[in-house]
Amino acid sequence: MKPAPFEYVVPKNLNDCLNFLYQHSETAKILAGGQSLIPTMNFRMAQPEYLIDINNLNELSFIRTDKTGGLQMGALIRHHQVENDPLIAQKAPLLHEVMPWIGHVQIRSRGTIGGSLVHADPAAELPSAMVALNARFKVKSKKKERWIPAEQFFVGLFATALEPGEMLVEIAIPAMPLHSGYSFQEYSRRKGDFALVGVACMLVLDKNKVCEQARLVYMGVGEGPVLAAQACQSLVGKTLTPDLLQQAAKIASQNDLTPPNDMHASSAYRRHLAEVLGHQSLSQSLERAEKSF
Amino acid sequence: MSNLFPISVTVNGVLYQKEVEPRLLLSDFLRHTLGLTGTHVGCEHGVCGVCTILFDDKPARSCIMFAVQANGHKIMTVEGLSNDMEHLHPLQEAFSEKHALQCGFCTPGFLMTLIPFLKENPDPTEEQIREAISGNLCRCTGYQNIIEAVKLAASKLQASKATVAN
Ligand SMILES: Cc1cc2nc3c(=O)[nH]c(=O)nc-3n(C[C@H](O)[C@H](O)[C@H](O)COP(=O)(O)OP(=O)(O)OC[C@H]3O[C@@H](n4cnc5c(N)ncnc54)[C@H](O)[C@@H]3O)c2cc1C
Ligand code: FES
Ligand code: FES
Repeated sequence: MKPAPFEYVVPKNLNDCLNFLYQHSETAKILAGGQSLIPTMNFRMAQPEYLIDINNLNELSFIRTDKTGGLQMGALIRHHQVENDPLIAQKAPLLHEVMPWIGHVQIRSRGTIGGSLVHADPAAELPSAMVALNARFKVKSKKKERWIPAEQFFVGLFATALEPGEMLVEIAIPAMPLHSGYSFQEYSRRKGDFALVGVACMLVLDKNKVCEQARLVYMGVGEGPVLAAQACQSLVGKTLTPDLLQQAAKIASQNDLTPPNDMHASSAYRRHLAEVLGHQSLSQSLERAEKSF
Repeated sequence: MSNLFPISVTVNGVLYQKEVEPRLLLSDFLRHTLGLTGTHVGCEHGVCGVCTILFDDKPARSCIMFAVQANGHKIMTVEGLSNDMEHLHPLQEAFSEKHALQCGFCTPGFLMTLIPFLKENPDPTEEQIREAISGNLCRCTGYQNIIEAVKLAASKLQASKATVAN
């Protein structure tokens, strides 16, 4: 259980880092919090030739708001910083509620949001929360810079839209619409474990309390975050009632998801959880959205 | 491949300057290079918690960090809690008095998790205590006595603070 040898590289700034990544895109890996990468290196499932330690890149370590009230965070912001930041609690309360579900305090002290998003574990909390929040990711390489919507960033099991030589540098979350409500629900065998099933939810109502937008995004049921598209469609344009929410949770679990069968839980059990948690999260979101009137 | 990197790191108040291979885990650096074997190693993938140390005052897993990353940083291990058996830290006393350990393998990790927890939560509820120790596994005690010990430690620490204040 010891990692294979590698060359350790400490870039002085982001440009340095991107240059190095460009030259060695096939053989280098970025080391952020190390909370997913080092375990896999200890198991020798990962044996990078070069490890680029970005922990000293202060330019990736910021939390601020933009002109529209949206939130911008550097990829190197650590889980515990997100958890305890008053600006985030105010601007993106869903994210604030998600954080304590990620691992344990000893993991959150080191792990970074960028690392969690790029690792793209199908049962991880942050990818689904980002899809629910309509977040966008800024990715950069030596040659170009582009923005990718969260929904298009996660492309499969532990896989993202990052191209060789690209890294994630910033996460942008739009301001919460006036009449919106959110909720995060999860079930795992023990506190701090990855989710058997979890769900992040956002509901946006118009001034007449008609549902303008619904985002019900599951984790633990597929290869990445799964947006329950049919369930969401069943809500948009309607005045939401408890019956409608119940029905939407059923549509999500029956039509939108094909949960895996594995040693942690059966597919049928995950489907059951998806309906129960989906209903809870929709109900809490609606309750919160209604408080804004 | 394996160049040596010079690092200087403060462990329990002592500055150490060493040369390390980049792949050396921080847990192995503490145990093998510095001889501080109080930090234990169990799973080596971040799950069991026995290797927990304070890294810049925050609890962290030393088995999923590299020693080179500690360059310029401050670490505290279980050896930093007390110098001798006569003067245990109040948290250690509480563990002893409440039988919060049997084999003791997990104990350093629990202690290093609980030191910052009690600083931030001087009067914790049982639920907070359970949450705080969720990242540390113990195969012997069944956790109940550990929870009792944390409650006792909290009252000991508050009492000693009150004496100092008076
Ligand atoms: C015991 C334990 C329990 C855990 N429980 C949970 C849990 O319940 N939920 C959960 O979501 N996570 C959990 N985690 C994982 C944790 O959240 C990690 O912090 C996270 O997955 C990875 O973040 P990191 O900063 O540590 O990344 P690293 O481990 O440093 O990197 C992960 C991957 O991302 C790449 N990478 C990192 N940053 C960038 C970047 N900016 N650009 C491009 N590539 C990058 C790396 O090259 C690597 O491939 C757990 C971990 C442990 C050890
Ligand atoms: S040895 Fe580090 S967590 Fe188990
Ligand atoms: S006392 Fe033996 S593992 Fe905890």
